[in-house]
Amino acid sequence: MGISVEGANKSFGDFQALSDVSIEVPDGSLTALLGPSGSGKSTLLRAIAGLEDLDSGQVTINGDDATRKPPQQRGVGFVFQHYAAFKHMTVYDNVAFGLKIRKWKKPETSNRVHELLQLVQLDGLAGRFPSQLSGGQRQRMALARALAVEPQVLLLDEPFGALDAKVRKDLRTWLRRLHEEMHVTTIFVTHDQEEAMDVAGQLVVMNEGRVEQSGTADDLYEHPANEFVMSFVGEVNQLGDHFVRPHDMEVVLDPDDRTQEGMVQRIVTLGFEVRVELVLSDGTEVWAQLTRNELQRLELREGQIAYLRPIQAKSFNGGSPSNPQGASTPLGTQDGGDAGLPAAV
Amino acid sequence: MEAHPANLPAPSQHRAGIRLPGLGVGFGGGMVMLYLSLIVLLPLAAVASEAFSLGLGHFWEQVTSPLAKKSLELTVICSLIVVVVNGFFGTILAWLLVRDKFPGKSIINAVIDLPFALPTIVASLILLTLYGADSPLGIDLAFTRTAIVVALCFVTLPFVVRAVQPLLLEMDREMEAAAASLGAGNFTIFRRIIFPNLLPGLAAGVALAFARALGEFGSVLLFAGGNPDTTVSSVFIRNQVESGNEVGAAAVSVVLLVASLLLLASVSLIQRWAIRHDRGSTDFIVTVENKDVSGGGI
Repeated sequence: MGISVEGANKSFGDFQALSDVSIEVPDGSLTALLGPSGSGKSTLLRAIAGLEDLDSGQVTINGDDATRKPPQQRGVGFVFQHYAAFKHMTVYDNVAFGLKIRKWKKPETSNRVHELLQLVQLDGLAGRFPSQLSGGQRQRMALARALAVEPQVLLLDEPFGALDAKVRKDLRTWLRRLHEEMHVTTIFVTHDQEEAMDVAGQLVVMNEGRVEQSGTADDLYEHPANEFVMSFVGEVNQLGDHFVRPHDMEVVLDPDDRTQEGMVQRIVTLGFEVRVELVLSDGTEVWAQLTRNELQRLELREGQIAYLRPIQAKSFNGGSPSNPQGASTPLGTQDGGDAGLPAAV
Repeated sequence: MEAHPANLPAPSQHRAGIRLPGLGVGFGGGMVMLYLSLIVLLPLAAVASEAFSLGLGHFWEQVTSPLAKKSLELTVICSLIVVVVNGFFGTILAWLLVRDKFPGKSIINAVIDLPFALPTIVASLILLTLYGADSPLGIDLAFTRTAIVVALCFVTLPFVVRAVQPLLLEMDREMEAAAASLGAGNFTIFRRIIFPNLLPGLAAGVALAFARALGEFGSVLLFAGGNPDTTVSSVFIRNQVESGNEVGAAAVSVVLLVASLLLLASVSLIQRWAIRHDRGSTDFIVTVENKDVSGGGI
């Protein structure tokens, strides 16, 4: 049950949008397809909806092979980044569109539409045209329209991408709650890792037409499969072959055999969190995430010399000895995966 | 360097946007009014005053004389047929030019405007050669009512194509994808989504084509001629002037003039209506967006 895609390939001319992509989306889950633009995430979503034909591969929706089905028969609700509102129709007619296609009777249609407009909190605006709505309202209308036909799956393509930051944040909280109430299998596409982690239970990270890794937000953050996932999900510093999260960078004033010297370039205070940017002696630029209290205790100034001690680091290619930086790093040369505490070397 | 060089007006005077150089509002506006008066308003007034120079009764008599009436009826009926035909084929042509890829597309796209550029009397001659008594195609339409329709179709095609084409280009294709995922088949998508969005352009194009067809003279003249059955109003007016009945010519002219003005007014109404539905007011959207945020209700 749920959605599964197996061995999906799709190219547009010379551009390989999807190469051998397989994903499993459990029934009733809320899954994010996360990746930079051009990673193939939207193409994959459109292929699931039938809006894009795959060159090869199979799409299964709730146990039925949907690969050859037209979008009309896939039982999919689709929400577009730019709303795709039927601009010549009122909000009511937009939401009622799918029901009219299904030849619902007027009273039933009216009940269903008003029920949905209440759900998306647009009930007073049924007579408006899309041009008279804000972006957030238009997207909620589009969501109501997609939900009206009781789709088996709900697909959202960068649904909040065109909205401003505040509205976007509110809407994603709202989407999460909506999903908790409705339990319809939902996939949403985003390039914003924070949004993906905030909303979705399961994440699929895509890059250059491939799935890099899938799992929960914690899995991806704690056990990234490769460099790309590590740097795309969360912030990261690169020290030779090793990758260190900024919050795993300890800044101290006294050197020891596990520290590296650096000069404080810039201190940015972002509320409770403080971002300290340093340049190492070999020119590498890194940053450490400290709390306000830590900064005050250290009394750091810009231009000052300080020492960095990575608490936890990861390496994905086994720290090749031919790399001089790898050799000089204080992290040691653990092979792959979690480096754990460098002190263990 | 001064922040505001002396030859630039102070920014506060700039608020309404840039102005044509060397023209004050009074002078520039006056010149435009004078030009408009000489070229457009005075001649219109002259025709109107000529038409009513022998009184309202005489005007009515002229307009309703059997020949005048017949020519007006013929003109209106032919024009109606023409806009229906061109509304249909013009939309299809615009569709092919925007949505399809085929060899020679850019040539066809350029040729669409030919009737705009071609002197209409030349069009008439071409049509006469093609569909006249010596037709290489074996189709002789010359001096028939069909010839009027064919000539008018030729002349008014670009109006519809050029009005529909930009709407098709700008149309949000995702509306169609959304409709498809909601279960709508191709025909329903065209009828319920695409066509309503083309309608403002189509209506405007059709109205302009109709106005043009009402007054078309050159392309009809050689091809359809002026026998009693094929005398459209413009040819009728010419005949009246030649036979010295200037009041009669002016009276029929006024009827055509009023019809054209009504059509232009309807075009502008249609476009206003379309803008209201399409874009709304940007200011309004911003206001709503702010409310959305401050109210906290999503």
